[in-house]
This record gives sequence, structure tokens and C-alpha cells, in this order.
Amino acid sequence: MPASARTLVRPAVLRTRRGRLVYWSVLAVSLALFTAAFIVPLYWAATGAVKAPDELARTPPTYVPQEWHPENYARAWREMDLGRYFLNTVVLAGGAWLVQLAVQVPAAYALSKLRPRFGRVVLALMLVTLMMPVTALLVPVYLTVVDVPLFNRNLINSPSAVWLPAAANAFNIYILKNFFDRIPDDLLDAARMDGAGALTTLARVVLPLSRPILAVVSILSIVTAWKDFLWPLLVIPDPARQPLSVFLQRVAPDTPLNILMAGLVLASLPLIALFLVFQRQIVGGLTAGGLKG
Amino acid sequence: MGAPVTAPAPPAPAPPPAARPRRRAARRRALADTATAYAFLAAALVVFALFSWWPILRSAVLGFQEVDFASGSTWVGLANFERLLADPLFFTAWRNTGLFTLYALVLGFAVPFLTAVLLNEFRHAKAYFRTLVYLPVMLPPVVVALMWKWFYDPGPGLINEALRTLHLPTSAWLDSSSTALVSLVIVATWANMGTTTLIYLAALQTVPGELYEAAELDGANLWQRLRHVTVPQTRFVLLVLLLLQIVATMQVFTEPYVMTGGGPQDSTVTVMFLVYRYAFVYNDFGAASAMSLLLLIVLAVFSALYLRATRGSEE
Repeated sequence: MPASARTLVRPAVLRTRRGRLVYWSVLAVSLALFTAAFIVPLYWAATGAVKAPDELARTPPTYVPQEWHPENYARAWREMDLGRYFLNTVVLAGGAWLVQLAVQVPAAYALSKLRPRFGRVVLALMLVTLMMPVTALLVPVYLTVVDVPLFNRNLINSPSAVWLPAAANAFNIYILKNFFDRIPDDLLDAARMDGAGALTTLARVVLPLSRPILAVVSILSIVTAWKDFLWPLLVIPDPARQPLSVFLQRVAPDTPLNILMAGLVLASLPLIALFLVFQRQIVGGLTAGGLKG
Repeated sequence: MGAPVTAPAPPAPAPPPAARPRRRAARRRALADTATAYAFLAAALVVFALFSWWPILRSAVLGFQEVDFASGSTWVGLANFERLLADPLFFTAWRNTGLFTLYALVLGFAVPFLTAVLLNEFRHAKAYFRTLVYLPVMLPPVVVALMWKWFYDPGPGLINEALRTLHLPTSAWLDSSSTALVSLVIVATWANMGTTTLIYLAALQTVPGELYEAAELDGANLWQRLRHVTVPQTRFVLLVLLLLQIVATMQVFTEPYVMTGGGPQDSTVTVMFLVYRYAFVYNDFGAASAMSLLLLIVLAVFSALYLRATRGSEE
């Protein structure tokens, strides 16, 4: 947005002395307030982790740790066996990501560019599922995972119990299809003239042009899978295979507070890093669904 | 969600008789194209059929069945619903969910909108503010819940310490049945307001500046401009997010499950919490499905309103 865009406050007011004074005071107060509301809790958790247990139990609490025990992070990693649960989470989130791309990209391409007979019906049936609240379908989807119809397989404790339901995501197919719709058909026809089949066209023409939307869908699916709690809690009962969320919730009551906080901070780092690197794509993904004013 | 589906190319004008074999070839090619398209769609159709369409159909009947993994399901009429109604927690759960949604709207709807209006006025530190409010969205909900459980500790906890420093009254937060539910709403708002704030912010930037200028010429003050220009201009986004938020908050589960376990004195038992308990603690999938079905019907009303709202905007 250009800095000169007109907003609620009159620009002329901002040029007066009094207007500038009010502006800078409101800005300063907001900076303090927002930093307190969103950074202090994270600071509190990160420093709580390096405090000694007796210091943590003190009222009033210390704002800066009196004794620093940074080794608590290493202890948390070792004693909670966090490496294993990080790996479990990576397998679940990474697999969900790859399976989603493999299922959703060809489907969106078919609906957008190959336009088969009844394609609109298929799309409508997919979009209808967006109206269904996920958690209200918990029991029937769980019963499906316990005994997959036709295949007669029980997926409990298998990562595919997380991967496959995640792939049935109409929102991703919808935003992918919307993006593909804007790729001119002429480009695809030209490839076809050169003898390229549908698969080659997808790989050589459509995908290279679709990097922005592929980034959005990738980040959405990884973040969602990393944050998920209820579904893996249900379908991965084996403690050794659970992701971080389920594991941390399970051991929280029996873990010393400083070690637990260290574990929580470590479990958050990958997504925070992802956010700081891909901020633009993540924020862009928010409005990708067409929620514009 | 009426996606503009591009219509297939119009049929060519009736060809002269000599072209008939060519037309047959074209038809065969169209058939082959459809087959190719469905090959690309196959995986999606299978996962949707198994993990979305079939469960949706099944959710309509499971509430009237008794689920038995070994011998299969049997019809039991309204027995599941009768069992639910006999459970005093049934009404508690609906009341708590309703209250949670109400509080979440007061906090989770007003706070992000006013935040967005404020941030939209700033000419400095915009990126910093945006990063700040969105940061908690990146934290796993379980991490947020476990951290806040400690922040709420009435003794050495962060929240009461902050209140004491500001000479404000402290609270028992999660330890009291009168404040536990509100405490959960505060956490949920803190964790999720980044998404709504950024969507509002994007919507505010589409409000034409001339409208503010015109309102000024009519003598409208700041508050009147907010009420008569900003709100009507962003009405559609406000309405859609309101409905989406109702649907999301009525399904609240993780916060009460991790932070309070439904207590104290059942003051944070929500509908989803009870569904979970029936299905995965009591192994009563029938009653859990009956409860889900009731929730589904309530949410369907809001979803229908959402559909009407989005459709209205496209016309």
C-alpha cells in the first residue's frame, strides 16, 4: 500500500502539531501494548525454561532469571527423547504435505484444464465438504480409518491414518484450480501441438508457472499437520509413534515445569522459523480463498 | 463458492457430410480426454469417497445405530438420544459451548477488527505489528495451552503478576468455575486473532479514500466515519468471518481438554469434549454420533447463512 493512501484519519490532521503528537503517542502506546501481549509470553516461556525449579515456584516471580541453566534445553531434548517425537512429527507433516500435493495438484489440473464430463459435478461435491465441520465428522472418519471400506484395512497407528484424510481437502483443490484457471489455454494448446501429453503439459508448462500457489498450499498443509492435535491423538495411540503435540500433552503432568517449557519452546521453533522465512506466502495464503472486500 | 467454471468450447457448426469420419474421430478423442482427466482425478476421488463423502453420509445414520466393531452396527432408533438427554452434562455442554461462542464473539470478533482499524492508521512499524499478531498462529495449540496453563497460575503465574504490577485485581482464572471458561476464550483469542486481523487489514485497504473525504465534507467526525464508511464498506468480510468464527468456536476442544479437563465443576465441558468422552472414553460411538449430529445441524444453520452471505456478494 502506498504511504499516501487515505484512511480513516484525515491526512491534514496528521500535519498539525497536535495531530502529530497524538499519532506518535498512540503509536508508542500500541508498540508497548502489542509487544507486551505477544512477545512477553514467549519471553516468559523461553526464560522460564532456564530457571531452577525453586526459582520458578517463587511468588512474585523473577523477571530475569537469577541463575541461568541453559543446559535445561539440552536436558529436555535428552530426557524427553524429543528427537524421536520431532521425527514422528516430520514424518506425519512431511508425508501429509507430499500426499496432498500428489493428490490435489493433478485433481485441480484435471478440473481446470482437462475439463472432463461431469467435472463441474465433481467440483461441487468436493466444495460441499467444506461446509461440513471437521470435528463433527470425527466419529465416522475414525470408524472409516479403523476399517477402511473396500480395502478392509485398519490404519490405526499408521501414518496414512493422518495422510489420507488430510488429502481430502477441497479448499486446496479450490485455490489450486482457481490459479490454474488463470493460465491461458493457448500455452497448453501450444504444448499439445508439440506433441506433449497431459502429464508432460502439467509438469513442463503448468507447474513452473504455479510456484506461488504451490508454495501457499505446501505451507498451509505443513503448518496444519504440525499444529494438529485431536486427530493424531485418536488415530496414533501408540506412544512411540505420536507427534510432538500429543506427546507433550501426555507427559505434561509428570514433567518438571522448566523442562516442559524447554520442550514447548523447542517444539515451536520449526514453525516460527518457517513463518519468518515464508511470511509473505503465509500472509498471501490468507486471502487466497478469495476473501476480498 | 460459485467458482466460475470455464465452459467447454462450443460445438463446431454442423459439418458437411464429407467431414463425418472426422467428427467421429473428434468424439473418440473427447472420450479419450475424459478418460485422461479421470485418471488425474482418480486419487482425489478415492480419498474423498473414503474419508469425506462416505463419512458425511454415514454421520446421518450413525446417531440411530449402536456401533459394534465385531458384529457390525444395529438400528436402535432414538435410544442414543434418550441416553444423551438423561446425562445432566448434555445441557451443561451446550450451555458452555454457547457461552464460549458468545464470549469468543465479543472478544475474538471485536478485538481483531479494532486492532486492524488501528494498525491501518499507522505509517510506521506496520510489518512489526503484523508479525507480532500473527506469531501465535504459528504455535501448535497444545503448546499455547500448556504455556498459558502456567501463565494462569494464581501464585507465581505471569498474568496475576502483571495485574499486581499494574495494581489491578487478580483472579483465580482456571481454578474457579466462574472464570475458567472466559480464561479459555482469552487464550483462544490470543492464539487466533492474527488470522482475522490480517484479513480485516486487507479488507480495510480496499475502502476507497474518496468516501472518507466525502463523509468529511458532510461534517462526519472520526467515529461517524468509522460507523458509516468503514463498517459498511467491510460488511461482507465482517459477516463471513463472523459466521466462520461461530462455526470454529462451537467446535472448541483442545483448550478445555489440555487446560482444564472439563473442570472445575464441569464449567468447561463443551459439546466436542463430550463427543470425545462418549466415543473414546466410554466407547459409546452411538451416543457420540448422536451428539455430533445435533452439533452438525446447529452448524449447518450457520453454514447456510454463510453460503447466503457469500452468494449475496457475487450478485
